[in-house]
Amino acid sequence: MTNSWTDIKNTDLVVIMGGNAAEAHPCGFKWVTEAKATRGAKLVVVDPRYTRSAAVADYYAPIRQGSDIAFLNGVINYCIQNDKVQWEYVKAFTNAAYLVKDGFGYQDGLFTGYDESKRDYNRTTWDYQIGPDGYAMVDETLQNPRCVWNLLKAHVALYTPDMVSRITGTPKDKFLKVCEMIGECASPTKTMTSMYALGWTQHSKGSQNIRTMAMLQLILGNIGVRGGGMNALRGHSNIQGLTDLGLMSNLIPGYLTLPTEREPDFPTYMASRGFKPLRPNQMSYWQNYKKFFVSFQKMMWGPAATAENNFAFEYLPKLDVPAYDVLRAFELMKQGKMNAYICQGFNPLQAFPNKAKLAEALGKLKLLVIMDPLETETARFWENHGIYNPAEPAKIQTEVIQLPTTCFAEDEGALVSSGRWLQWHWPAGSPPGEAKTDVWIMAQIHLRLKELYRKEGGAFPDALLNLQWNYKDPHEPSPEELAKEMNGYVVSDVVDPNDPTKKLLEAGKQVAGFGALRDDGSTACGCWIYSGCYTEAGNLMARRDNSDPGETGAYAKWAFSWPANRRIIYNRASADINGKPWDETRKLLWWDGARWTGYDVPDIAPTAKPQDVGPFIMNPEGVSRLFARGMMRDGPFPVHYEPFESPVANVIAPKVRGNPVARVFKDDFAQFAEVASPDFPYAATSYRLTEHFHYWTKNNHVNSVLQPEFFVEISEELAKEKGIAQGGWARVWSKRGSVFAKVYVTKRIRPMLVDGKTVHIVGIPIHWGFVGAARKGFPANQLTPFVGDANIETPEYKAFCVNIEPTTGPVA
Amino acid sequence: MNMELSRRQFLRTAGAGIAGTSLGAFGFGGVEEALADAIRPFRLTNTTEVRNTCTYCSVACGILIFSKGDLKKGEKAEITHIEGDVDHPTNRGTLCPKGAALLDIVHSKTRLQYPMMRKAGSDKFERVSWDVALDRVARVLKDDRDKNFIAKNNDGVTVNRWVTTGFLAASATTNEAAWCTYKVVRSAGMLVFDNQARV
Repeated sequence: MTNSWTDIKNTDLVVIMGGNAAEAHPCGFKWVTEAKATRGAKLVVVDPRYTRSAAVADYYAPIRQGSDIAFLNGVINYCIQNDKVQWEYVKAFTNAAYLVKDGFGYQDGLFTGYDESKRDYNRTTWDYQIGPDGYAMVDETLQNPRCVWNLLKAHVALYTPDMVSRITGTPKDKFLKVCEMIGECASPTKTMTSMYALGWTQHSKGSQNIRTMAMLQLILGNIGVRGGGMNALRGHSNIQGLTDLGLMSNLIPGYLTLPTEREPDFPTYMASRGFKPLRPNQMSYWQNYKKFFVSFQKMMWGPAATAENNFAFEYLPKLDVPAYDVLRAFELMKQGKMNAYICQGFNPLQAFPNKAKLAEALGKLKLLVIMDPLETETARFWENHGIYNPAEPAKIQTEVIQLPTTCFAEDEGALVSSGRWLQWHWPAGSPPGEAKTDVWIMAQIHLRLKELYRKEGGAFPDALLNLQWNYKDPHEPSPEELAKEMNGYVVSDVVDPNDPTKKLLEAGKQVAGFGALRDDGSTACGCWIYSGCYTEAGNLMARRDNSDPGETGAYAKWAFSWPANRRIIYNRASADINGKPWDETRKLLWWDGARWTGYDVPDIAPTAKPQDVGPFIMNPEGVSRLFARGMMRDGPFPVHYEPFESPVANVIAPKVRGNPVARVFKDDFAQFAEVASPDFPYAATSYRLTEHFHYWTKNNHVNSVLQPEFFVEISEELAKEKGIAQGGWARVWSKRGSVFAKVYVTKRIRPMLVDGKTVHIVGIPIHWGFVGAARKGFPANQLTPFVGDANIETPEYKAFCVNIEPTTGPVA
Repeated sequence: MNMELSRRQFLRTAGAGIAGTSLGAFGFGGVEEALADAIRPFRLTNTTEVRNTCTYCSVACGILIFSKGDLKKGEKAEITHIEGDVDHPTNRGTLCPKGAALLDIVHSKTRLQYPMMRKAGSDKFERVSWDVALDRVARVLKDDRDKNFIAKNNDGVTVNRWVTTGFLAASATTNEAAWCTYKVVRSAGMLVFDNQARV
């Protein structure tokens, strides 16, 4: 979230698209209710299903899953055509005026530089024209045909209301009504918030779904303001924290990145990371990259990271592929190229697509290790459960070690909310049996490996042996010790260059924030964006002061919000170019003539003059991007691409199949249904129910009583066509697998008219498996395709094709 | 959403023991009085109250967990009740159908109790000690790492990577557990490293 849950009360219009907050995030959704009740805010829901969010909406528009970009490009087109643009904001705070290189172009669904054999683009033309002064060239009059605004205008012109309706199946009048409601928020005193979740991420173009809405929000001037923003409703209690901390193939905590093997040394690595400003006076905050990186290396390897060895740069592994994400991991496993796999609190046999492929892959491992508070299907993939998990244990040679861990109620530490609040919690109960904390287990693995390397030697033990591990009890580092490392501390005194008697930083002290970090090894910090969370003032994450001066919804003294306790990011954009708030009744920050003041911690330096320094400090331009340059693999502007399995061909680019740069492994392509396949004519989508949380709550008696068994949802029209009765059984199958389910015939799903063709939708809740307190049932991933988003490899769970037929109940 | 008088502040003012007698002065009706007198002081005087966060989604609702026994005093503590934290700015005491049933996930019959091992080709898990389990994990990891670690690529560039063993990290562990995990995984040179955010 750019904003927070409590800030939603400040909005005028809530758009829920790509999510279903009323059911998946009920207590957060109450802030929508609050905005409706106290401000008269309106709620718009755009979804293939008439969800419970839709049931309380002021306006609902149906949409075919996988066509969100066509819809949103259409809204952008509407705003441009009807002058629903917050012009002052767009001109001052976006790259609308920037000139793009002459070579860049777009035609028939593809941008310049496409290489079909590589499924990739050469992106060199996707950039600004650079002037003789080294800065990007701009035309503030927006007259130049090569400026971003004019290119965008031309790019979205295709998405007329008629075209949008043809692609999305949304009736034209409903689309136009949504456009009208959104368009009103171009006023500087009207704000819209976007609340989205996996309905947008789980597509082969998920990143671009989100980006399209972000562009729209910029055009309306809704980023950085109270009641605005791009608000990702994250699913798990610390999924935000795990991402911040970089527990991913290619990341270092705080969104730094690992080197690739094309960056053989430290200077080469740094050359592409310390971004120089692209416009005069801009902060271009990544100029500080080296300070964050060196401080991280110092925290990891302490005295072994020195200026002489480039702060142990070679201790970091270098990538040969963009990332070893989970999909790649299971592909490698299936090819027999992996030997051991450790799953910590994660049930991939249920959570990733194409269950049959996953089970085959796990069966090729030598060792599978499970750390979990609960039984999981993954831990028992080798166990025969009939149709729910057909397995022959005798033929599966994988050794499995299952380790019991504590749960939230038994451990201590911080979890990061969607709104970036790091909230400390305390343990309340004793763990069951011999369950241990994850920290203890990880420490044991590390200490044992270290001992083996000390005794036996072996492959490059340096990074492992020199890992800084100076905890009071090396077998179980305390949460406080680990939190202090993430915050960072001073390694050696730093004296004032003008007055050597004065210490600027004193060795051993916690740093006050990332502004104190240095690139010479005198500071150490595990995760720079968290810096400030555990300072000499103590553990700020444990703060529980719920006062809220001005009733802005900021709650600045409750816990700690990264970065720098900032509650709304890009908040300088809440005021105009002169520092005057767009909306006096909803002011957040303002320029008092000498400095920035207000209810939040400003993004930019407190004394940075408003006319000089742009609000988007992480971009070297200082402004936000309507044109993404080469940052996205699938284009600087969003394009409508069909899902890989689609009931219709792409209307705007019939020759393009799926997202043209999404990575697809060979065997998986063979397992996709053809476009408009008569064998798989129905558009399926997966989703959660309000009574269940993924595959956890089926272990819980109460929730298993509330929703005891697997079902699928279809329209009355499809039920009639197929002769399926309410509550009857059906077999649903894709090119990858087949499930048996009870059928819920509902008015919540309706057939859609797409490009002149009736498209039926099949809804598939995700929550069942073969362990737990609920009845055994099929997980949705038995059906889903093994392909991810082109930029970040999130699987395409929300749009695929199936067939359905009535059947009798399964014989288990 | 009137937060002027939270339950906690109220009890602080009134004092748990004499809550019943002071309640009238605050204008509460007889039912409230009886409830506060009979139930609330009973729970607060017989259990330990601890602040925590719901384990499910990232709304991150504040919860209060009540236990028999106090971990801080080194006692064994059994969790008996979980409710929404009325002082929490986001959820203000409310919980959803999942959060309201948190007690059942803590005490789920399918909570894991002991380290277990399933041997190659076997059709069952067998209980083992922590030492046996962890020694085995370390042994397999070390052998695989020594055999498959890539110090330099074909161009002679130092790459120090290990891609035949992978780690899939959690989504509900604390930042502190995640940071500890990061240190252990990355220092071994592992690149097949991902977390639940991928889905």
